[in-house]
Amino acid sequence: MTTGVIQLRDVSIAYERHPAVHHLDGAFAPGSMTAVAGPNGAGKSTLLKALVGEISLATGIIDRGALVPTDIGYLPQAAEIDRRFPLTVGETVLMGAWRQAGAFGAISARSVSDARRALGAVGLSDFERRSIASLSAGQFQRVLFARLLLQDAKVILLDEPFTAIDARTTRDLLKIVQGWHREGRTVIAVLHDFEQVRAHFPQTLLLAREPIAWGPTASTMTSANLQRAQEMAEQWDENATICSMQAGRAA
Amino acid sequence: MSIYHFLIAPFADYGFLRRALVACIALGIGSGPIGVLLMLRRMSLVGDAMSHAVLPGAAIGFLIAGSLSLPAMGLGGLIAGLSVALLSGLVSRTTPLREDASFASFYLASLALGVLIVSARGSNIDLLHVLFGTILAIDATALYFIGAITSFTVLVLAIIYRPLVIECFDPGFLRAIGGHGSRYHFLFLFLVVLNLVAGFQALGTLMAVGLMMLPAAVAQLWARTLPAMILIAAGTATISGFIGLVISFHLGFASGPTIILTASLIYVVSLAFSPVAAAGGLFPRSHLTG
Repeated sequence: MTTGVIQLRDVSIAYERHPAVHHLDGAFAPGSMTAVAGPNGAGKSTLLKALVGEISLATGIIDRGALVPTDIGYLPQAAEIDRRFPLTVGETVLMGAWRQAGAFGAISARSVSDARRALGAVGLSDFERRSIASLSAGQFQRVLFARLLLQDAKVILLDEPFTAIDARTTRDLLKIVQGWHREGRTVIAVLHDFEQVRAHFPQTLLLAREPIAWGPTASTMTSANLQRAQEMAEQWDENATICSMQAGRAA
Repeated sequence: MSIYHFLIAPFADYGFLRRALVACIALGIGSGPIGVLLMLRRMSLVGDAMSHAVLPGAAIGFLIAGSLSLPAMGLGGLIAGLSVALLSGLVSRTTPLREDASFASFYLASLALGVLIVSARGSNIDLLHVLFGTILAIDATALYFIGAITSFTVLVLAIIYRPLVIECFDPGFLRAIGGHGSRYHFLFLFLVVLNLVAGFQALGTLMAVGLMMLPAAVAQLWARTLPAMILIAAGTATISGFIGLVISFHLGFASGPTIILTASLIYVVSLAFSPVAAAGGLFPRSHLTG
């Protein structure tokens, strides 16, 4: 097995037995840059949470190969973090030094200077003493990107990184994402904006609970596929029977 | 009456007041920081629930020891509190119930059981002692017990500070990097129960939580960084203990409620005058140029 491949085999994830992601097969190649697109409720964020191991699978396995948790950098949706928490910008970025310092180790001078450089890279030089409560949504997202930069992870998972973020910040942060791609890191991002996907992401996984298409963006983001995704997402059967694919496999 | 007679003489003259003061200082140093972290985790009411949950254990300890023995009641309270914490944690992780809902269910059962035990076997005076504390009865053993809990609390908080704070701020991040967040969560809940147990001889099971949450609320009004909040909370709790004891001595009030009311008064004053509240509009001040 090549290191760095994330292999998905028959992955299903369910909430109250209703599948949020249904029988997904495929692989994220090392160094690939993939957008996960699809309508609301398509299971995009759920898939990302499963990739970091935050929720368990109903069926199938996710084979992360030789990747360990600190190889994966995860940016949760902005709403999941309390921005009034009494931390400074510098402290928040330095969480990214977890791999070097761990829970109890000292923060090295090198980590501190790396953190400063990361803040510079996201356009927030000299912000390290500011409290995060004083930042705007866009500035806070830049801080979280600086934390990701410091994490220096092989695989980077972004959950709606540009939702409710101003255009200029989005442009700056997209440049950082492209930089990660050039450095050979695997990037997987949940995105709503189809134009953004077409313009910047070579690979796309179009998800509507079931995988609609997965491959080069030009061949997946066709209007026929998008139409199908929309129709799939609108189906929610309260009295759904047990999935025949699963029943067939069990038999 | 001179300041010396008012503030210092009671402690110079009476050994029980000196012991009570030392107990209050120790309680403040332990409970203040715990309260700040509870509040930041949005678990203020969990602290309240826990203080009720320790009651049946304390009551059983009280009945077995036959008196207000802090080690016996403390051990009982610790077992009861930890059982409720673990059961609620289990329920909230395996059912759709949120942690506060499962805490509420368990603490109500626990409180009812505690009152039942005390009222079945003890007198009403005993019940009052367990519920509201008797600071006069703090002896050397109780003092060592409280001091040990405070030292342990401060030490453990210092060691697990980083993962605990990250777990409060961004639990998803800690999970993603494999930081074992729930381990620190339970260790923290253990400290909460320990500090409530330490507080209940002085303040009673119902009010021990007051020395956690009120100073924490005061600290949030005055400070912007976590270390400053922790210091202010510990200081506020300690000062409330001192002033509360002085007032209760001179006016003949019950010490526990007086201490908590002193902390409440500091909270109200902070609401009016702290920079955060002033910016919020009670007493608006002009903005700066840049």
